[in-house]
Amino acid sequence: MTDEKIFTRNFHLSDSHTLRVYRQTGGYSALGKAFQMEPAAITEEMKQSNLRGLGGAGFSTGTKWSFIPKGSTAPKYLVVNADEGEPGTFKDRYLLERDPHAIIEGMLIAARAIESHLGFVYIRGEYVQPWRIFSGAVREAYEAGLLGKNIQGSGFDFDIVIHRGAGAYICGEETGLISSLEGKKGWPKLKPPFPAIKGAFGQPTIVNNVETLAAVPHIINRGAEWFAGLGTKSQGGTRLYSVSGHVVKPGVVEAPVSITLRQLIYDRCGGIRDGRRLKAVVPGGSSAPILTADEIDVTMDVDGLKNAGTMAGSAGVIVMDETVSIPEALMVVARFYAHESCGQCTPCRESTGWIYKMAHRIVDGKGRKEDLDTILDVAKRGAGTTICAFYDGAVGPYISYIEKFRDEFEALIRSGGGA
Amino acid sequence: MPKLTIDGKELEVAPGTNLIEAARQAGVEVPHYCYHPGLSIAGQCRLCMVDIEKNPRPQIGCNTVAGDGMVVHTQTPRVLETRRAIMEFHLINHPLDCPVCDQAGECWLQIYYMKHGLYDPRMTDEKVHKPKAVPLGPHVILDAERCILCSRCVRFCDEITGTGELGIFSRGDQSEIGLFPGKALENKYSGNVIDICPVGALTDRDFRFQVRVWYLDTAKSICNGCARGCNIEIHTSRRRPHHNQGRRIARIKPRFNADVNRWWICDAGRYGFGPVDDDTRLTSPLARAGGRQVETTWDNAIAALTAALRRHRPEEIGILASPQMANEDLVLVKRLADHLGVRTLDHRVPPKAAGDEDNFLIRADKNPNSRGAELIGLAPGAGGLDARGLLAAVAERRIKLLWVFHHDLFRSAWAEGEIRAALDGAGTLVFQGTNANAVSARAHLVLPSAASAEREGTFTNFQGRVQRFRAAIEPLGEALPDWRVLARLGQALGATDPAFAAERAEQIFATLAAAAPAFAGMSYRALGDTGARVRS
Repeated sequence: MTDEKIFTRNFHLSDSHTLRVYRQTGGYSALGKAFQMEPAAITEEMKQSNLRGLGGAGFSTGTKWSFIPKGSTAPKYLVVNADEGEPGTFKDRYLLERDPHAIIEGMLIAARAIESHLGFVYIRGEYVQPWRIFSGAVREAYEAGLLGKNIQGSGFDFDIVIHRGAGAYICGEETGLISSLEGKKGWPKLKPPFPAIKGAFGQPTIVNNVETLAAVPHIINRGAEWFAGLGTKSQGGTRLYSVSGHVVKPGVVEAPVSITLRQLIYDRCGGIRDGRRLKAVVPGGSSAPILTADEIDVTMDVDGLKNAGTMAGSAGVIVMDETVSIPEALMVVARFYAHESCGQCTPCRESTGWIYKMAHRIVDGKGRKEDLDTILDVAKRGAGTTICAFYDGAVGPYISYIEKFRDEFEALIRSGGGA
Repeated sequence: MPKLTIDGKELEVAPGTNLIEAARQAGVEVPHYCYHPGLSIAGQCRLCMVDIEKNPRPQIGCNTVAGDGMVVHTQTPRVLETRRAIMEFHLINHPLDCPVCDQAGECWLQIYYMKHGLYDPRMTDEKVHKPKAVPLGPHVILDAERCILCSRCVRFCDEITGTGELGIFSRGDQSEIGLFPGKALENKYSGNVIDICPVGALTDRDFRFQVRVWYLDTAKSICNGCARGCNIEIHTSRRRPHHNQGRRIARIKPRFNADVNRWWICDAGRYGFGPVDDDTRLTSPLARAGGRQVETTWDNAIAALTAALRRHRPEEIGILASPQMANEDLVLVKRLADHLGVRTLDHRVPPKAAGDEDNFLIRADKNPNSRGAELIGLAPGAGGLDARGLLAAVAERRIKLLWVFHHDLFRSAWAEGEIRAALDGAGTLVFQGTNANAVSARAHLVLPSAASAEREGTFTNFQGRVQRFRAAIEPLGEALPDWRVLARLGQALGATDPAFAAERAEQIFATLAAAAPAFAGMSYRALGDTGARVRS
């Protein structure tokens, strides 16, 4: 397995966020190359690289770009999803703070590919420091002629507008983000039409995650084959894992997507702290179904985790040792989804609150034996009935926590919380 | 034209038709809350799920456009199960207090629960509490706990009136409908949000808690508030007037007509039925005796008017008909004038102030039948005078018998002094109308008319659309439809036109259709519920 560092290669350098350091390490050389390429060739390169969206859905980036209608004269927008809000995920923050020019260069190349001249960067409102640093990088890029009109004599124009979110998780969902960007309540939109056809302000729009775009300059520089070779058959590259919880060395870890969860926890993060036993892992942000300690010999690529019944999601790895009460963990996660449901679709709006009430009651020692089956039934029947994937994301933990740790829930219900 | 199959029925629909409408055309009802054909697609309630072959899971019908070759099923086990689940979600936090909810009986939560729910409730935790009985404006009151957040009202105010008073605030199960700061729901069409609210969240401040809806009777009618002629239903509580504080009309609801008002009516029309039951209604013929108006019988009143009409030469008679009257009334006025040889005949009285108008439904002309009056020819004959000339001639005692239908001339654009001079100058002043006014107070003979809600007839709207209205209630007291009074007068005067022998308004309309090219080919049956355009 490669130890190649792509995203984090400059993280150890002081002033890695500056244009000077970025250039010293080869930054903006991919842009020159991209200006020599046909837009369609850039998109093809992305397809060949097996780069898959690193925000959560894991969709092929090149394929997504190719959805922009050919020959459309409408303005096209590139939107960067920097509304990193999935619980257990904090890797985009590092990129915004430590390698902002990689994001800008990735945006420029993507814009060239989809023939966009205006990009929006939607940064989560709580990310004040990342916003300051990224804004500084955008200023520097303008001053250096890397943004604005006729960039570096290429004849290509591109501007960046930075927009700060106001604290809603749902604004990380791409169409919720678009609604919010348009000045509306952050409600996800009905599909069809898909954003590539009718997105921000009614125009063709591509929404990409921060990390996805940060990978783009490296792919242009070193080739699709190189990137594809770093990963598995269906997903190229390395990615950033946000590892939190009861490991010895929590933090952002860059590793190829072919790494196993066991390797990630024990080799890269020093194993479980204080010599305790591993109990469970959430491998891809709070919406990913939980894995038990016996289920960690899985590769961390999109398809590997999918085959294991969970998902790679945002690669937020939440490690729980034996001291964790799974019913309490469910209550916490259920409270999050009840609080963050946008309220648009009935199943999600009404049942996230109900399930939280039941989970809370169980933890309070007032659980009833039918509660577990009610939660499972409600979750299963609501799944797949809503506009966006939020509810399906909530259903991941609801079902998996109970099905995999049913004994623990039942014991708690029987004891009334006393034991 | 895409051809598709819905529940085994093949049909062809217009391009762009969604699956709810396509199913409707196939005779299949797909339950839904947020979808409304007059509003944009929201896709929020998630109830209109249907199965489409080759799709891994049910899709919402409202946002799925019918495609060629599509095979749709609305009754598969998983569609039925999904509906049941969605019904349960809708009701998790909904209060189960139907007996005290004004919507009961016409609530789509009740209807769909019985059709598509019928599960045993499992929600035993405390429900979410939200504001109740919040007035949003002069006509609409909100119970946020009963709201299912379908957003129809929000979309109505955004898309139809463009006034944007309403929004959905907060998130998750704390979400609630509300007014934006500093706003009130007081646009001219605010009452429509009550109609489109599928549940008891938005109710009518005028109507609520007066009558249970299952006691209501319904009549198809036409609003008489302006020249648009919006199609309405009049809901009455005839059998239990004590439930409605003696009011016979409980409420007005819009009735769909694609060519006139679609699903909507204005608030002025919706709440404009007060005069039908108020204290100014004329309920008996009145004759002046010794300086006072005293009640008399119809026989005496008809005899007195017949004698007066015979006593005067045609040049001494002036008739001012009204565009408030139905085509059937106006036909007989015209024919009676012709029979008598009266040429001073008109219907136009300019209002004191121009009526408000917008580019949606409301018309400046506040009369329902101006177009009908023009087409039937309620205008001066050769040598006759128009309304203004008539007034002057009465003041100058050249015209001695003045017969005014419905108009309150003191609310016209004409100077009060001129009107007073004319009314004082009339040797015989006859007033025929529904409600007393300053003209009727001066009349020698007062003939009480049935209101349009109390009779049948037709109006011709500004587009030239002839539309039927039906009787919702009985005429108050001794009041009669104008055509009936005119028919009796015609017979008393020896007129041989068979229209004067009519027993029903429909027969008069038939004579109009036979005689006037604009109305050729029309009949009550052919007009149906939505009317027909006159021939130009």
